[in-house]
Amino acid sequence: MRRPLTVAKAPIDEVIDADHQLTRLVFAFITASAVWLVFGTLVGLYLSLKFRWPEIDHVPWLTFGRLRPIHTNTVFWGFASNGMIGLAYYVVARTSRQRLHSYKLGWISLALIQISVVAGDICLAAGINNGAQEYREYIWPVMALFAGALVLTCYNFYWTISNRTTKEIYISNWYIMGALLWTISLATIAYLPFYQYGFAETAIQGYYMHQGVGMWFTPMVLGLTYYFLPKLLNKPIYSYSLGVLAFWTQMVFYTMIGAHHFLYSPLPWWLQTVAILFSIGMLVTVVAGTANFLLTMKGSGHAVRNTYAVPFLLVGVVYYFVGSAQGSFEALRSLNMIWHFNNYTIGHSHITMYGFVTFLIWGGVYGLLPRLSGREARQLFIGMHFWLAFIGVLIYGVSLSIGGTLQGLSWLAGKPFEDSVTLMAPYWLWRAIGGTLMFGSHLLFAYNVWCMLPSKSRDEAVETYTEVPSAS
Amino acid sequence: MRRSFYERPALFFGVVFFGFIALSFVVAVGPAIEIQAKHKPLPGSQPMTPQELRGFDVYIAEGCPYCHTQQVRPLKMDAVWGRPSVASDYARLEPLHWWMETPGVLGSERTGPDLTNIGKRQPSEIWQLIHLYDPRAVVSWSIMPSFHSLFEVTSSPAADATVVPVPPDFAPSHGKVVAKQRALDLVAYLLSRKQAPLPEGVGGEAAAAPAAPAAEAGGGGAQDEGAMLYSANCASCHQAGGTGLTSTFPPLKDDPVVNDDDPTEHISTVLHGAHGRTINGVQYPVAMPAFKDMLSDAQIVAIVNHERSSWGNSGKPVTEEMVAKVRKEGAPQ
Repeated sequence: MRRPLTVAKAPIDEVIDADHQLTRLVFAFITASAVWLVFGTLVGLYLSLKFRWPEIDHVPWLTFGRLRPIHTNTVFWGFASNGMIGLAYYVVARTSRQRLHSYKLGWISLALIQISVVAGDICLAAGINNGAQEYREYIWPVMALFAGALVLTCYNFYWTISNRTTKEIYISNWYIMGALLWTISLATIAYLPFYQYGFAETAIQGYYMHQGVGMWFTPMVLGLTYYFLPKLLNKPIYSYSLGVLAFWTQMVFYTMIGAHHFLYSPLPWWLQTVAILFSIGMLVTVVAGTANFLLTMKGSGHAVRNTYAVPFLLVGVVYYFVGSAQGSFEALRSLNMIWHFNNYTIGHSHITMYGFVTFLIWGGVYGLLPRLSGREARQLFIGMHFWLAFIGVLIYGVSLSIGGTLQGLSWLAGKPFEDSVTLMAPYWLWRAIGGTLMFGSHLLFAYNVWCMLPSKSRDEAVETYTEVPSAS
Repeated sequence: MRRSFYERPALFFGVVFFGFIALSFVVAVGPAIEIQAKHKPLPGSQPMTPQELRGFDVYIAEGCPYCHTQQVRPLKMDAVWGRPSVASDYARLEPLHWWMETPGVLGSERTGPDLTNIGKRQPSEIWQLIHLYDPRAVVSWSIMPSFHSLFEVTSSPAADATVVPVPPDFAPSHGKVVAKQRALDLVAYLLSRKQAPLPEGVGGEAAAAPAAPAAEAGGGGAQDEGAMLYSANCASCHQAGGTGLTSTFPPLKDDPVVNDDDPTEHISTVLHGAHGRTINGVQYPVAMPAFKDMLSDAQIVAIVNHERSSWGNSGKPVTEEMVAKVRKEGAPQ
């Protein structure tokens, strides 16, 4: 039977014999992730409407300045972090061919993350924040809970990897462990107050807001993709050496470039120049990583057509290249002048966090969950999720990139500030349209996750699975 | 059998962990320590008063920095907001609560105007209050939220209450709008946002940085400059169409002073401001700020000529010599 929007995909051909406890833990993380995605992007969508209808409400805790950090922090620490960590619990144990070191610590980590996001969001709604510094808005007592979850997870993973029954530490685990170690250090450095008085705050903020994305989300999803892509294609990764190159350059280059968020600020000029040079250097990392993934996919067009997880991974890899290359160019002084301070950067952050990070998480979720539970979501809904999200973020990214560029050019031409606001009206409307499509896809994602949840007992689940007739 | 580097988790992850920390000291912690030690507040700057600090707290709690920068880059396109910011401009910032770190005010988005010099550019407390209550009452194109929660509407305001003269189209149907303490504090903070003068020889790293070539681009002709300066300095009260706001800010369209062949009073008003004037039978209670320290003679020429030639006005154009002369004469008694 031909389906609208989606081609018929092959049904899941295997149910992994993972242990029950791990399955439950992974599903708990992914469920939490889906809930936070719906909540966080509902807030984001509502915010996008405020650009068109600023008088939409007069409730203090719904004002733009309080909701914006709720949106960003919820999708960062609630959606993406839960999703990545949940998948990582599976990948680390699986690639180490070892039982997870401690399930109990896994559940405590899960609880700590949820408590921190709930408490952090409530504080933000009440106007209690850490000084309106982007992505470190949660106050330290709240962020300490989140960091605690990372420490426990890191400890858990370390001993699982240490007790592995394989010879090598698989490359996914480099990235996953790296991301955890880096983010624990990063959160500690960013939240210690002693060297952050006066303008010194900005030196740490540039470093933090950059690494918060680039040393947490980026390596996490890359590590997951190094597992899921070869697994789903049923062939090895194209080149281990490219992966090694990408890993070390990620660590060295990416760490150096935080100051590019404050070009032309009073930060030391040498620091800004270092940031720009390494931003260009990042092209090496990105090309190595992207090429490795694409060359692995080469010749596997059938997998893109016949599975629903691989298309998500393909989009994520392409956006990894697009978003990162865009970031390198934004760091050039001549272009930064035009693209900084306006909606171009908002487009960029969604191209990266959404097109890249989120699509790779979805690829992992759709690749893994049915194999764990034996229960598939309806293919039509997965297809609709894909296309709504894909078209949505395309509209979002294109409209804000064009609008933002025009804003920058308007300032450069010495036009009144008013022009840079009024010219955005159509682009903000398109952004809201793209955002609506994206949000719609998230509702479908949440429903799909619900459909994939394991039934009460594993045996029952396998039974249910075998009753599913294969699609043709 | 000897295990390779990649097979030894303690060693491998140790390098990954400590390597990152070492790099972090080079690009973040080290520079932060140096900046904190090196940059002291400018001699001409003042610490915030207790009220301004309370207002700053509101500014941070409400997330104002998400749309408003306080960062002037050493670029021509930023000159409209003030002189290039230097590290010392931020030297007095520190946490406001035990649970908070030093607030970040530089910002990454300029969805609304930069506020580095808002206390100079728009020093009218009444304007600020109207604008907070409903930004569109004074800036028709604004997309800023209305902060109604900083105000209360009451039919019988206390004798010492600050009643906000919200224009009729934007006022509540019954009662008067009274500013709560949080609104007054926030406005006090905003009005304190003025760049301190740089002492001789202090340029800061940013000001000493080589200007980017493209920074020279843009600007356009004098006509454009007048429109741009008017938009940045005057339009928030007198409005883009020169219409003013009924009973609050006088119109410039068809104004007798703007159309007077003798430009002295027009120039003098821009230079020295005005207070309590009655124009065409209407008394305007809100004071207009003086622009003599903010704008050069050439900039005042551009603004005055823009006003004299727009919206059907037909005042004779002025020259820099005229402005210099009026400036020299000082404020009218």
